[in-house]
Amino acid sequence: MEFKDWTVASAAEAMRKGEISSVELVRALVAEKNARDGDIQAYLTFDEDGAIAAASEADSRRAAGDTSPLLGIPVAVKDLINVRGQPCTCASKILEGYVSPYDATVIARLKAAGAVCAGRVNMDEFAMGSSTENSAFKTTRNPHDLSRVPGGSSGGSAAAVAGGEAVCALGTDTGGSIRQPASFCGIVGFKPTYGRVSRYGVTAFASSLDQVGPMTKTVEDSALLAQALFGADPHDGTTALNPVPDFASALRGASLKGLRIGLPREYFVPGTAPEVTEIVKAAIGKCADAGAEIVDVSLPHTEYAMAVYYIVAPAEASANLARFDGVRYGHRSAKSDDVMSLYCRSRAEGFGQEVKRRIILGTYVLSSGYYDAYYGRAQRVRTLIRRDFDSAFGKVDFLLTPVAPTPAFKVGELQDPLSMYLNDLFTIPASLAGLPAISVPAGATAAGLPVGVQFIAPSFADAPLLACARAFEDTLA
Amino acid sequence: MKYIATIGLETHVQLKTRTKMFCSCLLRTGDEPNTNVCPVCMGYPGALPVMNRQAVKFTVMAGMALGCDIPRRSAFDRKNYFYPDMAKDYQISQNGAPLCIGGGVEIALPDGSPKFVRINHIHLEEDAAKINHYARHSGIDFNRGGTPLMEIVGEPDLSSADETIAYLEALKELLVYVGVSDCNLEEGNMRSDVNISVRPEGQSALGTKVEIKNMNTFKGIHAAIEYEVARQIDLLNHGGAVVQETRRWDGELGETQSMRGKENAHDYRYFPEPDLVPVELDEETIAEWRAEVPELPRARRARMMSEYGLPEYDAGVIAADKACADFFEKAARAAAPVPGKTVSNWFMTEVLRLVGEGGGDISSCALAPEALAELLRLLDAGTINGPTAKELLPELFEKGGMPKAIVDARGLGQVSDASALQSLVDAAVAANPKSVADFKAGKKAAAGFFVGQVMKASKGKADPKLVGRLVAETLSKL
Repeated sequence: MEFKDWTVASAAEAMRKGEISSVELVRALVAEKNARDGDIQAYLTFDEDGAIAAASEADSRRAAGDTSPLLGIPVAVKDLINVRGQPCTCASKILEGYVSPYDATVIARLKAAGAVCAGRVNMDEFAMGSSTENSAFKTTRNPHDLSRVPGGSSGGSAAAVAGGEAVCALGTDTGGSIRQPASFCGIVGFKPTYGRVSRYGVTAFASSLDQVGPMTKTVEDSALLAQALFGADPHDGTTALNPVPDFASALRGASLKGLRIGLPREYFVPGTAPEVTEIVKAAIGKCADAGAEIVDVSLPHTEYAMAVYYIVAPAEASANLARFDGVRYGHRSAKSDDVMSLYCRSRAEGFGQEVKRRIILGTYVLSSGYYDAYYGRAQRVRTLIRRDFDSAFGKVDFLLTPVAPTPAFKVGELQDPLSMYLNDLFTIPASLAGLPAISVPAGATAAGLPVGVQFIAPSFADAPLLACARAFEDTLA
Repeated sequence: MKYIATIGLETHVQLKTRTKMFCSCLLRTGDEPNTNVCPVCMGYPGALPVMNRQAVKFTVMAGMALGCDIPRRSAFDRKNYFYPDMAKDYQISQNGAPLCIGGGVEIALPDGSPKFVRINHIHLEEDAAKINHYARHSGIDFNRGGTPLMEIVGEPDLSSADETIAYLEALKELLVYVGVSDCNLEEGNMRSDVNISVRPEGQSALGTKVEIKNMNTFKGIHAAIEYEVARQIDLLNHGGAVVQETRRWDGELGETQSMRGKENAHDYRYFPEPDLVPVELDEETIAEWRAEVPELPRARRARMMSEYGLPEYDAGVIAADKACADFFEKAARAAAPVPGKTVSNWFMTEVLRLVGEGGGDISSCALAPEALAELLRLLDAGTINGPTAKELLPELFEKGGMPKAIVDARGLGQVSDASALQSLVDAAVAANPKSVADFKAGKKAAAGFFVGQVMKASKGKADPKLVGRLVAETLSKL
């Protein structure tokens, strides 16, 4: 089998059968990366020695009888997740040269499961963006059309998986950063319920929204990763204590039959590219054909989601990014001569345009005299958005929506920040409500650009959501 | 014109938890700089705070001791400002929903009358790191960064430096008593920001306030208030106006100096801390913690007076220190039927003297309260005499052990056998004819000489009262 065709499940199966070793799998990955990444530019760094060492340890574990499903599976890691001894730049100059002293909880869990975490993939700087063009280091390309973006901010993760130079990847999603690039690149991107996956060791963008999730070729692979990632973490007080579901049994015999699938009318409005609308409509038809009941629902506060998001997320970011001050680690300006200029110059030199824009926006909305008008009101509207979902889920099991209004756009095409922000129109509301949501490939445009659909589930219905997505996947086969 | 000063304090108290506020790094003073640190208290990318429950408990217990209301729900906020001692460049604090609300503490005015000083609220936050300045550079020690810090925000109910110090002493006594802080001023366990304004007598509106930041010692606070009140009055008397600003106290020059004006005041941009869920306290937890708040000095003083029959002075001295009071009460209970006043006499004159000489504290000495009780019971029963008891005490204090066992082993029991003592008296009389002559010549003091001789002959074990009686009888018969 060619490397690009390996899924987590098939590679694990082949390793179990002794058809391939983890070391061979990792060597194949390196070869593929060396062949393809010149075009795709997904990877920022790859610790080859570390990867081989971890792979051979996994092979020894397997020889000793270990049957963990992720044993020996290489996982590409978005460059804002800390792995001990590896860089963690968040695609920002301000963290150039920084080497992380610790493992994020998700990494500790993957390592414990025997996964190989050696490759670090590109992203929009500090996860702020929807195209991965905001990386300080390189512009990642969409493997389906190198003139186009892979989406963002987890664009490196999506491109590496779609481009056949990674088996699977970790992304993070704050307002759509897993789902939109998954749609653009034709892979599965799963954002779990807020609080299901630890954020400890994941460089924060907007703490009340950030969530780590798998980006994979199949829904089954996402389930395999989720099984390892999920669970309460003593290092993260916002993780939920609910028991972790058994994904394998949830996925067994998954079917759309009898499911009530809601179509929120606010997500089917002019402004979405006709080809996207067509593909989503076809997907709805397939669900209906497979026995799902299609129900029209309304989420009346959807129109405020974008505004709420661009108040809450920058506000939290303005505080989260304050620590990058040149004092303890990261970039320190050579031109500073006192504490104030150390701060100002280090941050002016280290942060990119979009990051600065959001820090300023966030600082503004929290300022004395503006707090109630912006942040306070945004939090109240966020509650209304959450209630919209609660009431919709009184009528339906899942919601089906487009992921993004368009397929992948051209590199450099969107210059205006607002039109870039509009890419996340359909993904932001579920983020604000903390709900689990998944982007599943649904088809492609005439030009061959992938388009996904989004399923959204009630809080903590992560396993039923993956089962639904899995059943939808089957309708395409 | 006569002026009235209005003073209000914000007092930061370091809690004596084992670990830091939001991580498991140890709190230990004197370690090499930056050795008790981790990604959390160094503000590394991706690090998250985890609540120290002990710090919440200590704050709530302090609030209970100060008569505060304890809301069932409390939350944390981010206070944003850039400073090198603040690793994340924001401080996790409480702005909207503090752990304790209201309450206060009673102080005694110079004329002895009581005054209640109100507390607005108490909130919990993390301490900053320590910046050390050197000749050509500065260093930051993050060992202190993240120490749980309780901020007691007082109402502006104070009107003089003396009242302020009385308030701080009352707070300190209470917090040490409850056991939530050592309140060691030299180590910066207790630091206050002092707000001061003055207004002409008869005017109800408060004057413009000045804040003096971050003061450790009571002596410094007293001097700073005296200086600042005088400075403001002097300004007003000369047609000037007080400017709202933050000042610092320069102890060497003995003056306050301007740090920053109102226009440069920070906008802290508080917002709810998204990394921590709110603290929810159920009735059961609150009841459990309330039961752990010890009886406070004032109540204890009163109870000790009635329970042990102590005079107010004794009760005051003993109750002021929790370890002392605990020791005394254990001893007094075990010593019954020896009267409490006897125990208090011995405790205050003998035991506390030994503590003072040893330089330690009552809880670290080897003397057990039960040992003191047994010693006093032996004395009361006449098994040993006073001098023997006084001799034994330092040994028990140094080495521990129980007095009865020592008395038995060494045969230190008091000799109260009248016939045995009579023979010693007779021997002393026979051996000292000159003193007998002195006595007969009217020198009544010579009797004391014979008592001394007999005590010496008995190696200190004779019952001194009995000896006195026997000597008197014997001499009168001559």
